[in-house]
Amino acid sequence: MDNQIKNITNKYLNSKHRLMDIFHDIQKKSGYISENDIKSISELLNISSVDVIQTLSFYHFFKKKENAKYNIYINESIVAQMYGHKRILQAFENATKTKLNSISADGNFGLYSTSDIGMGDQEPAAIINGVIFPKITTYRVKEIIKEFRKGKSAQDLVNSFGDGHNQDNLIRSMVSNNLNRRGRVIFSGYNSEDALDIIVDKTPEEILHVIKESNIRGRGGAGFPIGLKWQYCRQATGKTKYIVCNADEGEPGTFKDRVLLTELPKRVIVGMIIAAYAVGASKGIIYLRKEYDYLIPYLKNSLTEAEKNNLLGESIKGRKGFNFDIRIQLGGGAYVCGEETALLESCEGKRGEPRNRPPFPIEKGFLDNPTVINNVESLCAIPKIICKGAEWYRSLGTKQSSGTKLLSISGDVLYPGVFEVEWGMTIKDIIDMAGGLDTKAVQVGGPSGKLISKKEFSRRIAYEDLSTGGAIIVFNKTRNILDIVMNFTKFFIDESCGSCAPCRYLTVILKNKLQKIIDGKGVENDLLELKEWGKKMKIANRCGLGQSAANPILTSLENFRSDYEDAVQSDKKYISSFDLEKSILAGAKAASRFPAV
Amino acid sequence: MNKNITFTIDGKKCIAKQDQNIVEAAEDNGIYIPTLCHLKGIIPSGSCRICNIKSNGRFMTACTTKVQEGMVIENNTEEIDELRKIIIETLFVSGNHYCPSCEKSGNCILQALAYKHRIMIPRFAYTFEVKQVDATSPKIYLERNRCVLCKRCVRSIKTKDNKNYFAIEGRGYTSQIILDKKLALNMSDEEAQIAMKNCPVGCILKKEKGYIEAIGTRKYDKIEIGTEIEIEA
Ligand SMILES: Cc1cc2nc3c(=O)[nH]c(=O)nc-3n(C[C@H](O)[C@H](O)[C@H](O)COP(=O)(O)O)c2cc1C
Ligand code: SF4
Ligand code: SF4
Ligand code: SF4
Ligand code: FES
Repeated sequence: MDNQIKNITNKYLNSKHRLMDIFHDIQKKSGYISENDIKSISELLNISSVDVIQTLSFYHFFKKKENAKYNIYINESIVAQMYGHKRILQAFENATKTKLNSISADGNFGLYSTSDIGMGDQEPAAIINGVIFPKITTYRVKEIIKEFRKGKSAQDLVNSFGDGHNQDNLIRSMVSNNLNRRGRVIFSGYNSEDALDIIVDKTPEEILHVIKESNIRGRGGAGFPIGLKWQYCRQATGKTKYIVCNADEGEPGTFKDRVLLTELPKRVIVGMIIAAYAVGASKGIIYLRKEYDYLIPYLKNSLTEAEKNNLLGESIKGRKGFNFDIRIQLGGGAYVCGEETALLESCEGKRGEPRNRPPFPIEKGFLDNPTVINNVESLCAIPKIICKGAEWYRSLGTKQSSGTKLLSISGDVLYPGVFEVEWGMTIKDIIDMAGGLDTKAVQVGGPSGKLISKKEFSRRIAYEDLSTGGAIIVFNKTRNILDIVMNFTKFFIDESCGSCAPCRYLTVILKNKLQKIIDGKGVENDLLELKEWGKKMKIANRCGLGQSAANPILTSLENFRSDYEDAVQSDKKYISSFDLEKSILAGAKAASRFPAV
Repeated sequence: MNKNITFTIDGKKCIAKQDQNIVEAAEDNGIYIPTLCHLKGIIPSGSCRICNIKSNGRFMTACTTKVQEGMVIENNTEEIDELRKIIIETLFVSGNHYCPSCEKSGNCILQALAYKHRIMIPRFAYTFEVKQVDATSPKIYLERNRCVLCKRCVRSIKTKDNKNYFAIEGRGYTSQIILDKKLALNMSDEEAQIAMKNCPVGCILKKEKGYIEAIGTRKYDKIEIGTEIEIEA
């Protein structure tokens, strides 16, 4: 057996729960995971080889076949499309003499597309051998490929650094933060470590009380009260409890967690430590989406620094019995792994299939241990609440939505980027803040949210009005609504885990119908059916992905009805592509008969 | 302590044991909730979604939900019936089902559910997805045109040392059932037989020996699915 594989699995104690890490290590060494590797892994881990394959084949970025020397993943998100994705793709195809989803004859270039990579503020973007290339132009494509042909590496072609810590020696990335607005909680000047000095003099119950009083709710989209979640987990029985930071950030149009991890990793870590203290947890995991793995050396260093300063490890801040450490779990490219129970499955080395609930993670989470899962932004807000108190925090935002929210604004605006605002801002103000002109539609909360029209621009972002994880995609009046909806619908089809029958295939049926309408073959009745069938998705599926997979169709049908009506044939009642007379004649001819029609 | 639980289904008063799931609790009370992926005695997967019921106004799958004191469950309503029909029809068009020539016809749960719900033809257009049949193992065929990805085989058929014979490859609508090639070499006749039996449709077929019962005389040829459970209220 291959010794290299043996060394790798040994490093992870031959545990099947570390399959993700094993794949990453092998792929790093040899570019892909071969049939032989699969066999070796299954023997070393004592599982069947189909079990290895089922995890391997679930994730977009693991390769089973020989990889090219340069693997080019081009982002196909809606914003990328608006900024010229098609042109860029063509340029890549021409320069590499390769078609999408194939490897060039010389084995040099593999060309693939990929779902939103979290760069909505600097599209079109691509990932080449792990290096992010934002704001690509056709000129740049030619240049990149020419240099690759000379043998340069992707890292060699980094020709500028983004702002802030993107210039850090451990990152050195072309990605920019585009932090356009700092607010009073997250991007405010203070030392988050002060919060740790405060908590170690208090009891966990006192901390829980402050967090509950602050009224802060989850920032990952679902908006569950954070204090309550922590309290439930504290009350759950279990020896080892876990705090998981959800850094999967996969909702198309969000990129704020990327900026937080780049600029404020320490605050995220301190937030996790506070959660650990309040909950009584001793282990932490940061689940990082594969697209952000360029941040790993930097994040690992932040963890090491924290350890050195006794913020992690044993007897934290000198408090006996307060032990906590954090590891990073890298994902493999699957949006659904942002769903908290799918995330746990993935952490356990499995396919990212959401679990049936109950039991909830606070009771049975990672390896059945009580687990708190919080979004990066949620955790990042915590230290400030500890420092300034619940009442101060509640003075920001609205009555039911306290504090600030990070918005990731992209699309047809002059200043795409991250904005920290107080809850309660109207959509109109948000558009104006980012410099949106001639705005026709706004996607609030990414594809799983709502596509709204002008008549709702006076609504406010708040849990009690328009709740959002922070993705705001702005479309001006030149944009075609149906194309937007198609892009989002395809996204859900690609990212469905495939477990629930409706999420797996009703989405495909809906997409086919939408395509029929886009092709000009639709009739009024198709709109009715889109709505009727789409509504079933909400109630039929297990997790948020399937439940919201028809939202783009449903909300656009409601708010942009006339765009659909313009696209269907108003004079026909049923499918007009089928010509009965012609078909009968063709059949008759084949049978040498001549009916009188 | 083994306290009984009282709840209602479509207004009928029911009694269940603690820790029972809704499907089985209903069955004990003579009420049939349609299921497809659920197989008694193994961990439910909640994947086909056919057993969707409404409890206290919220939809949930009856096979994965434990019955609770005071639950008010809706099972036989127009809304739920429509949802189930849509799911069944979705399953039909997502594969390629030619019942008249299928080995499972008459013993097939998908077919029986379609009969029960009076489905003549799916409302959705056929797309004739291309599926690969796998006949490489000595004991069984995988006729993937008929697989509904219920994972019954994954969950219930294991080697003596508890390894999985079956698994799912890929994700989303391109996912497919796979069989471990090496383990399949040593699959016993008995295991192959159970695998075929546990598959609710005609995807897992045992090689060499077909079905003993003739078509037309099989279980659901004679009675409608669920009627063995239902009793006159
Ligand atoms: C399909 C899907 C994708 C999700 N993706 C993310 C994500 O990328 N990041 C995130 O924090 N939460 C995501 N969530 C929400 C999580 O399930 C969970 O509610 C959240 O991480 C809890 O943290 P919070 O309470 O701090 O928001 C997703 C949910 C669904 C259904
Ligand atoms: S709703 Fe979709 S993504 Fe969620 S569990 Fe079901 S199939 Fe998987
Ligand atoms: S598996 Fe069932 S539904 Fe499919 S063809 Fe066979 S009998 Fe018909
Ligand atoms: S092969 Fe049969 S048992 Fe296995 S997933 Fe497919 S339909 Fe279910
Ligand atoms: S039987 Fe309950 S979801 Fe399939």
